[in-house]
Amino acid sequence: MPRVGVFVCWCGVNIAKTVDVEQVAQKASTLPGVVYSTSYRYMCSDPGQELIRNAISEHKLDRVVVASCSPAMHETTFQRAVSEAGLNPYFMEMANIREQDSWVHEDRELATEKAFELIAAAVERVKRAQPLEPLEFSVEKKALVIGGGIAGIQAALDIAEAGFQVYLVEKSPSIGGRMAQFDKTFPTLDCAMCILSPKMVDCYRHPNIKILSYSEVEEVKGFVGNFEVTIKKKARSVNEDLCTGCGLCIERCPTKATSEFDEGIGERKAIYIPFPQAVPLVPVIDREVCLWFTKGRCGLCQRVCPAKAIDYSQQDTYIKEKFGTIIVATGADIFDASVYGEYGYGQHPDIITSAQLERMINSSGPTKGEIIRPSNGKHPESVVFIQCVGSRDEQKGYPYCSRVCCMYTAKHALLLKEHLPNVKTYIFYIDIRAFGKGYEEFVRRVQDEFGAIYIRGRVGRIYPENGKLIVQGTDTLLGQQVKVEADLVVLAAALVPRKDVKDLARKLNISTDEYGWLMEAHPKLRPVETMTKGIFLAGTCQFPKDIPDSVAQASAAASKAIAIMQQESLFSEPVVARVNKNKCVGCFSCKEVCPYSAIEEETVLEQTSGLEKKIAKVNPGLCQGCGNCASACRSQAIDLLGFTSEQLIAQLEGLAKVERE
Amino acid sequence: MKVAYFPGCSLHSTGIEFDISVREVCKAVGIELEEIEGWICCGATSAHATNHLLSLAMPAYSLALAERMDVEDVVAPCAACFNRLKHTAVLCQDKATFEKVRELLPIPWENRLRIRNLLDLFVGMLEEIKPKITKPLSDLKLASYYGCLLLRPPHICQFDDPENPTTMDELLRACGAQVVDWTHKTECCGANLTIPRSDLVVELTYRILKSAKTAGADAIVTACPFCHLNLDARQADVHRVKGEIFNIPILYFTQVLGLALGIPAKKLGLRRHLVDPFLIPTLRRR
Repeated sequence: MPRVGVFVCWCGVNIAKTVDVEQVAQKASTLPGVVYSTSYRYMCSDPGQELIRNAISEHKLDRVVVASCSPAMHETTFQRAVSEAGLNPYFMEMANIREQDSWVHEDRELATEKAFELIAAAVERVKRAQPLEPLEFSVEKKALVIGGGIAGIQAALDIAEAGFQVYLVEKSPSIGGRMAQFDKTFPTLDCAMCILSPKMVDCYRHPNIKILSYSEVEEVKGFVGNFEVTIKKKARSVNEDLCTGCGLCIERCPTKATSEFDEGIGERKAIYIPFPQAVPLVPVIDREVCLWFTKGRCGLCQRVCPAKAIDYSQQDTYIKEKFGTIIVATGADIFDASVYGEYGYGQHPDIITSAQLERMINSSGPTKGEIIRPSNGKHPESVVFIQCVGSRDEQKGYPYCSRVCCMYTAKHALLLKEHLPNVKTYIFYIDIRAFGKGYEEFVRRVQDEFGAIYIRGRVGRIYPENGKLIVQGTDTLLGQQVKVEADLVVLAAALVPRKDVKDLARKLNISTDEYGWLMEAHPKLRPVETMTKGIFLAGTCQFPKDIPDSVAQASAAASKAIAIMQQESLFSEPVVARVNKNKCVGCFSCKEVCPYSAIEEETVLEQTSGLEKKIAKVNPGLCQGCGNCASACRSQAIDLLGFTSEQLIAQLEGLAKVERE
Repeated sequence: MKVAYFPGCSLHSTGIEFDISVREVCKAVGIELEEIEGWICCGATSAHATNHLLSLAMPAYSLALAERMDVEDVVAPCAACFNRLKHTAVLCQDKATFEKVRELLPIPWENRLRIRNLLDLFVGMLEEIKPKITKPLSDLKLASYYGCLLLRPPHICQFDDPENPTTMDELLRACGAQVVDWTHKTECCGANLTIPRSDLVVELTYRILKSAKTAGADAIVTACPFCHLNLDARQADVHRVKGEIFNIPILYFTQVLGLALGIPAKKLGLRRHLVDPFLIPTLRRR
């Protein structure tokens, strides 16, 4: 017969105010199997834990029930306490008499009774507990970073500096991401490329970093410490080892296409390097437009290449690698502003997005830093900015605030004035959100020193008239309609989740929120972790962020990854599902409901017939102990350790017995 | 195809030429209009501004009458009527609202009919209409003007893109006309302020007329009797206040379609407009 000790916590007044803790402790001592019972002001405090440890040795307890808060708060605390006293940690059970009782009830008498019932149930359950031991497995000391923007670059550098190998996988031909497209950064106006390119070069030269550009993650298997990843290296048509980056091929290429890097306002060749500082500095052939691939002629680049690096026959290749941890830093897309028919984006060339203006301001951009009206190539005299295009708009876009638009718009208003001192700038806004260090001061400067006119209100229509664009909106502070004549209209399109993010999330077995942003494990306390152990988030794939926040999150994600990889081996939570081989009929209903792909197939010999049969097997490394499989199993062949059917039924019976009395 | 016809007050009064042309065109394309017997006001004028429940119950009563007929669709050519009927049908999909409205009605109502506007109906059968177009209006440049009530609020009207609608353009193009690309196809004409703030209405009307003229339109085509009245009748005021003479005819899309179908101009009520459509040389020959 197990010897159970019950420890009732007051939690200051949190529990004691509504529950008569002393009476509960006294009553609990009468429960069958309970040999010791007491209450204490703060059970989680040092003296509280000491009290538990002493009682275990003094009263020879082999099972413990702590009646306090939710196990989500202090399960580990009390498990540690009992194991310090020599008990298996899974011989400790918590009865939640705070969140599920004192906090939600007012009647002291009934709450006291409920506390007792919960304890009685926990006692019955703990009596049937089995000792569980954590599983040990090895850790691959190599990290995978998906996405080569500033977040991915920072994370890769941090991990590499800590002495671990990193594979940095980037979908496009060069690392650098969004930041590489920018001209200056707010609020300090550092030149974006001047601060980014040293980091890109560091990545390239670091002995611990391997950059796989023009590559994508194809498949992810395994679990923390032991991820097995297949990476597709898309055919570049240029041999990276031979190419010297001289650019002769690009010069000679006769075919032009729209430049993605220039946000559609510039052109590139069919063979191209997206921007001068690209890393790696190796061109790629766009097979969709290249004459060789579309019409089977030309071949000019191959003829002129002095290094004989052009290889039309290149195929996609697949690389299989093992990784201990994964950092996802895939960034964000930009909202399609043409959704707003009233703004006329896509219908009039002088209505552009902020990203396009950014490329225009950039001296390596399509206009070499000249700010012009695309319709006639002349300098604009009046520019209207519209904020919150696609953000803070439940009707046409997303309800959330995109966080960076207020600041980059202020930056654009300033840069415009620097380039064209006579330009007039107007900014239609809902609220100015300048939350960061030095941000409010920056916006103030843009208003005071750079003469930007902020108009609080939305724009209802933009239409051309006499060679100008008429921006018609409301000024909600004046309560009047306003009309502004503009030469150029710039739409601050929101950051939105990547179109293909759900695909990636599925491969990685991590979740996305209602919009498609990748989900952190806890919005406040675990902001860079995902619910899948060993996979971390950095940058705008989680939510819109500016550069300082992306970098900070990237370093945080890197340190989390390092903390895992510096361990010799990992121990997993023993609360995993287990299949009873004799009972399993191999229907694999469990496989369908498992969110972690932890159910594998196993062939065994059937005891009676001696025939082979296929049954389910749980991979304990992947299993997160959710219990879906156990409830889906028709033949009751699956038990969740620590939550066995026997334990749960005993717990229910515990409740029922009290009820009868 | 037989449909229940809800003309509303405008089509019996200021917009009578809309009614005339609707009936002619429907006959020509094979739509049998059966007017709902005993229909009452749709509530667009004041009911929806004073009592929400009443604003649903009034259209619901007419819809209930229509359910006694052997039809699937209720057609309301007037944009305001369409808007109110559709509001009722959509909002009463909520069970609690539906019950409240039903309690007020003296006759049973199931809310099972589809509410259509005529544009929707015509564009839906465009392939059938096209062969019947015998007199295409190839030298006519038209500005399609949708106004507000046909499209907004979008979750109620569930018809075309509220910012950049194209259905009428499609229909007019099928009539052989050239449709101009212009900027004010959904701007407010100010009709609801026509009495209290006529100064504003003159300004709003002016913008629309100006934009259509700039785009090179011979005429503006509307789908709403309020828009029509406002744009047609205000041109004199616009002249007085703004000093600009437009003399741009305002037509109903049914009149344009009627002409293209070969119906004589006099049978389409074209002579009832204030700005004479026969100022356009092409129309004089019809």
